[in-house]
Amino acid sequence: MKFAVIVFPGSNCDMDLYYAIKDGIKEQVELVSYKETSLDGYDGILIPGGFSYGDYLRSGAIASHAPIIEEVKRFADLGKPILGICNGFQILTEIGLLPGTLINNRQNRFICEDVELIVKNEATTFTNKYKKNESITLPVAHGEGRYYCDNKTLQELKENNQIIFEYTSDINGSVGRIAGITNKKKNVLGMMPHPERAIELILGSKDGLKLFQSMIENMKIEVQS
Amino acid sequence: MILVKVYVTLKDSVVDVQGEAVKDAIHSMNYKDVLDVRIGKYFEIKFDDRSNNLKSEIDSICDDLLANPNIESYRYEIVEAN
Repeated sequence: MKFAVIVFPGSNCDMDLYYAIKDGIKEQVELVSYKETSLDGYDGILIPGGFSYGDYLRSGAIASHAPIIEEVKRFADLGKPILGICNGFQILTEIGLLPGTLINNRQNRFICEDVELIVKNEATTFTNKYKKNESITLPVAHGEGRYYCDNKTLQELKENNQIIFEYTSDINGSVGRIAGITNKKKNVLGMMPHPERAIELILGSKDGLKLFQSMIENMKIEVQS
Repeated sequence: MILVKVYVTLKDSVVDVQGEAVKDAIHSMNYKDVLDVRIGKYFEIKFDDRSNNLKSEIDSICDDLLANPNIESYRYEIVEAN
């Protein structure tokens, strides 16, 4: 199984993701520049956190026009797994692979702390090593992490079980306390908390590990079938 | 040369937390008559005179990059220059 970590100018969680795959779950992983135009040969795509293009214009807005993005969209259309974390989530909404938008936290300041989440949907490529309604702890570090969508979109997210993670408390004003959602096909996950920063106890939690283990298990099943 | 002035603002339905922070600061300056502050973005884009589809180009640039239609709306002015 081979992962690609897409690196944009300003990505700063790329190496955390790289080590989460390499040392955390011991699979192949490569850093791929935003300038590349092919993702052939990769089984999973990871879009890291950070501040792509310095968050100029809006978080993720400029990255959504980078050369690699057409290929990311094609990869999504093929049904292959894509995980976007923090700025990666913002980029996935900007390119339209996920509905809604991330805007300034309600309290208008950067939040950096461990938060408790509930796994709302354990039946996805990304979460089936977790139990339904399992409580997990992951760090967040964001200024623009308030998930926003209109009521119609929220209703659709609920009806299609696309809400994957919810905060247990209202940390940033997100609609429905949403911390992570998938697309309808459930092969694209965007989340504000950082599972790659919670893969060993020395980091404070290893609750993020099962997310990557779930991906690996499902990718192997996919390849065999 | 054609100058286009584009204004992007949050939709009214979206709480503008930066605007609220600035409003609070203005209130602390004792301007209590200020009811609301909303912050937007301003762009100056220069086109050459040959542009045939100016409005559709501006709309496309705004829709695809400058504004996020989930949360923002935009308006623009076209200024003919030399």
